[in-house]
Amino acid sequence: MADDTIVLEARNITKQFPGVLANDHVNFDLRKGEIHALLGENGAGKTTLMNILYGLHKPDSGEILVNGKNIVIHSPKDSIQAGIGMVHQHFMLIPVFSVAENIMLGDETTHLGMLDTNAVSQRVRELSQQYGLDVDPSALVGQLSVGAQQRVEIVKTLYRNAQIVILDEPTGVLTPQEADDLFRIMRQLTGRGVSIIFITHKLKEVLAVADRITTMRAGQVVGTVQPKETNEAKLASMMVGREVILTVQKEMAHPKGEVLRVENMHVLDDRDLEVVNGVSFEVHAGEILGIAGVQGNGQTQLAEALTGLRPTKSGRLMIAGKDLSGKPPRPIIETGLAHIPEDRQRHGLVLSYTVADNMVLCNYYLPPFARWGVLQQEKIDENARKLIKDFDVRTPSPYVPASKLSGGNQQKVIVARELSRDVKLVIASQPTRGLDVGSIEYIHKEIVVMRDRGVGVLLISAELDEILSLSDRIAVMYRGQIVIVVDAKQADREQLGLWMAGAHVEAV
Amino acid sequence: MEWRRLTVIVIVIVIIFGTVVLVGHSQTPPLIIITSMLATTIAVATPLTLGALCGLYCERAGVVNIGIEGTMLGAAFFGWVASIYMNTVFHYSQMPSLIVGVIVALLAGGLFSLLHAVLSITFKVDQIIGGTVINILASGITGFLNRQLFFGSNSAFHGQIPSSPGVLPTIHIPLLSNIPFLGKVFTQQPIALSAVALVIITQIVIFHTRWGLRTRAVGEHPRAADTVGINVIRMRYFNVIIGGLLAGLAGAYFTLESISSFQPDMTDGRGFIALAAMIFGNWTPFGAWSAALVFGAAQALQINLQFFRTLIPPQLAFLQNSYVVGLAPYLLTMLILTGLIGRTIPPAADGKPYEK
Repeated sequence: MADDTIVLEARNITKQFPGVLANDHVNFDLRKGEIHALLGENGAGKTTLMNILYGLHKPDSGEILVNGKNIVIHSPKDSIQAGIGMVHQHFMLIPVFSVAENIMLGDETTHLGMLDTNAVSQRVRELSQQYGLDVDPSALVGQLSVGAQQRVEIVKTLYRNAQIVILDEPTGVLTPQEADDLFRIMRQLTGRGVSIIFITHKLKEVLAVADRITTMRAGQVVGTVQPKETNEAKLASMMVGREVILTVQKEMAHPKGEVLRVENMHVLDDRDLEVVNGVSFEVHAGEILGIAGVQGNGQTQLAEALTGLRPTKSGRLMIAGKDLSGKPPRPIIETGLAHIPEDRQRHGLVLSYTVADNMVLCNYYLPPFARWGVLQQEKIDENARKLIKDFDVRTPSPYVPASKLSGGNQQKVIVARELSRDVKLVIASQPTRGLDVGSIEYIHKEIVVMRDRGVGVLLISAELDEILSLSDRIAVMYRGQIVIVVDAKQADREQLGLWMAGAHVEAV
Repeated sequence: MEWRRLTVIVIVIVIIFGTVVLVGHSQTPPLIIITSMLATTIAVATPLTLGALCGLYCERAGVVNIGIEGTMLGAAFFGWVASIYMNTVFHYSQMPSLIVGVIVALLAGGLFSLLHAVLSITFKVDQIIGGTVINILASGITGFLNRQLFFGSNSAFHGQIPSSPGVLPTIHIPLLSNIPFLGKVFTQQPIALSAVALVIITQIVIFHTRWGLRTRAVGEHPRAADTVGINVIRMRYFNVIIGGLLAGLAGAYFTLESISSFQPDMTDGRGFIALAAMIFGNWTPFGAWSAALVFGAAQALQINLQFFRTLIPPQLAFLQNSYVVGLAPYLLTMLILTGLIGRTIPPAADGKPYEK
């Protein structure tokens, strides 16, 4: 399908942000009808480059050519004009608007000054038939599944006659089946002459779907390769700049007694809807139980309930044989819980506090950190220096605010604080979300170390690969219930994906 | 609008109207009392309706405006001063003077809200503080200038308050105003009539035009609007200024339509009640208008009860005290905002400055 006509070319793009050179003389080209993957860690400059192509940032220098012609892009309007469309990682959709309203926004069809929703709906239906994208123009976007919202975003670009579509980390929020669906759609688009830039950090996907792969690191292009002349390990080392061990190395688990027991737990969300309905499971010392599931199936609220951050409607919570149902976080922590929360910036750290203070958030009130109600600063500093060294936290000093660290290092501060204490149970929610390959490798290693030390680990993750590589047993959560628990050795990736999407569980 | 809110509105209006009918029916036929109450309700709801529409344009675009009170007050004063100058100093007749007064009021409203726009959109000042600045500024400026212009011995009018050109004339809507009894409802002054028209226009603009779709988009998810090429800053500026013009018209109601004089702080919290009406109406024009009518009815109660003061039965003696009855709109505001109406959902990006 791909011919050699170059439809988009970026030459020598340079963009400086305060303190970072986000793009350093970047060259990139896209051929007609190809899927060109752009691979790189967080902060490598992929998104900056795309935001420049889409008119959200202005480059300091460099030029952009569309169909061989030099163009100047001041705003998204100009790039839409030039036939560039972008599906952002966080969807740019308005939940209270209908699909048709979202699609026409900025490019409205009117009749006598009134919005002509019928004409737009008609056009949307045509497009969705033409490209095999199933969308209902009259549905409210807020009520659609994530996969359906993504289809709306793609139709939105086609509605504007985009010939070049940028997909920014499109699979992060999808089940494996939804991702396969997306790849099918992508091929259908390229079959009709649309060219796609596919931004991702997932190596498997790149190898499966891309025609060419360009890797970026620290603002520079490292190289462009064909999928058939490379493999996961090679791509990973291109991304990180050193050898990376992609598979988690771990021995057989030796599970012992129960450390966490959850019985028939029901939890409400902020809108008072029951999002966890009747969950029961147990975690043993020395094993990792992974909870797989697409985001938004109650995992967040379950983790909050288990850590005392959210009241439970009913059900029992036992940690290390102690009944902690309905207890606030402190007694739960004191029983021996380490919690790596899903949202590290909101629930894991006090961003404006120093790294040192963040490292004693769980036990600042206990000796040696406090004496007679007065903080012992030198003990806190000593603790921080030790943890920074042990956990390899990259920080200029223990006294900078946590907000100044990179995402990976912020997560290391939390991991250091939580795993350095004497705990019996670790609850880790999305522990590697948004982190680069190097940090992921490190955090996975630490989790396995905890397990081998005889700690029970509950791992909640939307990344199926993470669940598969770390867990000893896997529970699948769907619509607030645990639909099945399987042994990780017998788990099949495809089958798990189906369960995550709500497929009926046959007798196993 | 959901039935629950509508029920609350209907019940409150029935209670209010019922009270007046109960008190006055021995002297005046109930039908006449009801139509006169209706006419008064629509008239006195005018600044609340317009104020609520002002809030609606601002907040639908994502800017919280608690400066409506000050904007109305400023417009009321400057419109009034302009009409007096036209009439007394430049010797124009009544109508041109009043029309110039209304135009100046609109401009004053636009300028006050332009200030709010600059503070909250460009300089990203906390929008509550920006609104408070407007309120304090308007109260101070109008009070000061009122004293300087009219009461100082070296003032333009040598301490003699000039006669104002009066108020805008009543318009009889053809045909409708001829309906027996009910015709009174359709006999209103121009600003009151345009307020009702503006409710309908706003409903169409916000929900059925390109402008409205974009306005709601920048109030819900400005980044999404930005990515499809909509200028968020520009949309917000224009909507805040449109709101200011509406608040300016509301200001004109006070000094050019309702009465022909200015008193310091005469808006008396109406700007805040207008905000309450907008919230009660869940950020929709018709919802806001019906809430404004409820507050209007509470005020009409106070006005119409005065006609029947002597007829108030002893067990309802508290109704004789006009201060007690005058509290009704404010009590209603508190009652309504304490969640009598269930949940209201503001635009998602309401009050949040847009950062690229």
